[in-house]
Amino acid sequence: MPPAAAAAAAAEAGGQPPALLTVEHLTMRFGGLVAVDDVSFAAPDAGITAIIGPNGAGKTTVFNCLTGFYKPSVGRLTLSHPRRGPLYLERMEGFRIPQVAGVARTFQNVRLFAGMSVLENLIVAQHNELMRASVFSLAGLLGLGRYRRAEAKAVERARYWLDRVGLTARADWDAGNLPYGEQRRLEIARAMCSRPVLLCLDEPAAGLNPRESSDLNRLLIGIRDDHRIGILLIEHDMSVVMGISDKIVVLDHGRLIAEGEPRQVRADPAVIRAYLGEDEDEDLPPEVARDLARDAGSA
Amino acid sequence: MRAVAAERAGSSSWLWGGLKEAALQALVALILAVPLIGLKTVQEPGGLGLQTRWDAVAIAVAGVFAGRLLLVIVRRWWPQRPRGAQSPAGAARIRGFVRLLGPVAIAFALLLPFLPFADRYVLDVSILVLTYVMLGWGLNIVVGLAGLLDLGYVAFYAVGAYSYALFASNFGLSFWACLPIAGALAATFGILLGFPVLRLRGDYLAIVTLGFGEMIRVILINWSSLTNGPRGISGIPRPDFFGVPFNPSPAPDASAFHTLFGIAYSPIQRVIFLYYLILALALLTNFFTMRIRKLPVGRAWEALREDEIACRSLGINPTNTKLTAFAIGAMFAGFAGSFFATRQGFISPESFTFLESAIILAIVVLGGMGSQVGIVIAALVLIGGPELVRELEDYRMLAFGGLMVLIMVWRPRGLLAFREPTIRLSTFDRAARARGEASGTVPVP
Repeated sequence: MPPAAAAAAAAEAGGQPPALLTVEHLTMRFGGLVAVDDVSFAAPDAGITAIIGPNGAGKTTVFNCLTGFYKPSVGRLTLSHPRRGPLYLERMEGFRIPQVAGVARTFQNVRLFAGMSVLENLIVAQHNELMRASVFSLAGLLGLGRYRRAEAKAVERARYWLDRVGLTARADWDAGNLPYGEQRRLEIARAMCSRPVLLCLDEPAAGLNPRESSDLNRLLIGIRDDHRIGILLIEHDMSVVMGISDKIVVLDHGRLIAEGEPRQVRADPAVIRAYLGEDEDEDLPPEVARDLARDAGSA
Repeated sequence: MRAVAAERAGSSSWLWGGLKEAALQALVALILAVPLIGLKTVQEPGGLGLQTRWDAVAIAVAGVFAGRLLLVIVRRWWPQRPRGAQSPAGAARIRGFVRLLGPVAIAFALLLPFLPFADRYVLDVSILVLTYVMLGWGLNIVVGLAGLLDLGYVAFYAVGAYSYALFASNFGLSFWACLPIAGALAATFGILLGFPVLRLRGDYLAIVTLGFGEMIRVILINWSSLTNGPRGISGIPRPDFFGVPFNPSPAPDASAFHTLFGIAYSPIQRVIFLYYLILALALLTNFFTMRIRKLPVGRAWEALREDEIACRSLGINPTNTKLTAFAIGAMFAGFAGSFFATRQGFISPESFTFLESAIILAIVVLGGMGSQVGIVIAALVLIGGPELVRELEDYRMLAFGGLMVLIMVWRPRGLLAFREPTIRLSTFDRAARARGEASGTVPVP
């Protein structure tokens, strides 16, 4: 992809990396409840942007707006696609966002095709490409070599990602029979098989043990560096967030309270207030508080 | 169950536990049987009187006691594996069985008309079974692959049957010309049904499709000017052998099937032709399904069944995917309907009641959702079964119902519930090596 390469070159030459995703005045109302309130931020290309915030801050709602599961009440979501130019996600029908804009996502509670094999999960992710190659399956039905070659290519891409996430030996297993950590990795591999320009991960480290989550860090950094795509990440695990993010966006009660590099955000009084609370009796996830306190202490 | 598990754990008094369990069951049976069996109202001169039948109660209670004890003993000697869990060895056994069974069944079906016991009756039943096999395979696309519960499948069968009947009797079109028309019309109706139910799932989808099936039937009854209403359409042209009629006494200059082949005329020739016709149509459905499962559309259907939200997140258009499933499933029902019309020579709305949809769905579910061979076995059991036990007369449906309950107890997920992946990395590699292509070395950006 020459334009992306050019953009990367521009970034290396010292210019500001161009924003891949620009969110402007995003607001999402459910009846009287304002889940996301006038949030604006930008996510750089070939960079990892983390969205953090206490429970109920509206992080997943932002994701659902970006990936077409909700139509935003107000706001503009611009994706600067390296080949197709600026695309306005809020105007696109749900399934067109991954199909045309190349925004792939994973889910907080893993959503695999549990009854299908691991390899099939990765092939289904390349559906649109294979549909084009097989002329809506007709060429495949007639047994033309064109589809066979396209499928072989799809299998090779699936094999590459199986290799990246360490699931090659499990290729013919039913996805639903994999252990939880492998299901999470498979979901990321599946999203990557659709060749996205922006990968949205909703709590990828939830339920992983420390070793698995450090593997995840390596995987995400690898995706960013090798494939030069943007990654948007919702995460509670501060070791993941602080370890790999190029940029952090902090939401609280649907509002943006801080945005910047990990170092800046960590020291931001508004963030500390949001997590640790002003009152002693405010609820907060204890592990988040502990991690934040530890990170703040080490900084 | 707990008692059974405890005694299997090694206690030597398992028989004692079994006796206790059987006694408990017998007690429950006694409580139920005293009013239900023991007391009978009889007409007496002064009004209703009560008659007691304690001997019958004793027999029932003793039967329950003995039956339960027998069950305990059977479980002792024949340990069950946990319900629902299928051991990998079991799955492999079924897979091997299916792989062997498929070709054997096809060979048997091809030879059947020439086997000594294949008289008119056997062929008629076989044609009926094959029709339901085809309908089962067609519905399997919608229910088994795409996971859309369709209770109105018979509507498309009706559309196909009426298309053939009307086009053949009004315009004199041949069966082979009508077949694609009937398929296309049924597919169109499939899409018509598909649009309003795109957002529905599960129970709600089932209710709307059920209503759609009834709508078609009611329209067929009431649109008398087109469909001749409840009186149905009779005198539908019978099939001919690719333009050559099955005619006992053809005109001197015309040919008939038996003169063409220089054999004596027999009415069974037409039946054998019909048999091969439905066999070919059914196998076409099967090969189409097996093939499309390995294509993007088929994989998208299965993915849709597994998780629609994940499908949307991968850019799969759920509307198109569902509509193609409805349309293609309906198309095969349309083919089967054409065959039904030409075979019967007479159709009326009474042939397309909800019961038919229910039977077809039962075949798919009983066979094990998505299993092609399972559907054949289920159709044999459900359609051929009642014929086998015809001697039982009044108890026929009771025996039939009991058989279905037994199957569901024995195999709760259907007869052959396993899914063969559409592609395996190991097989794919072998095939690629056989073609001489390098595999597994290409770095993908």
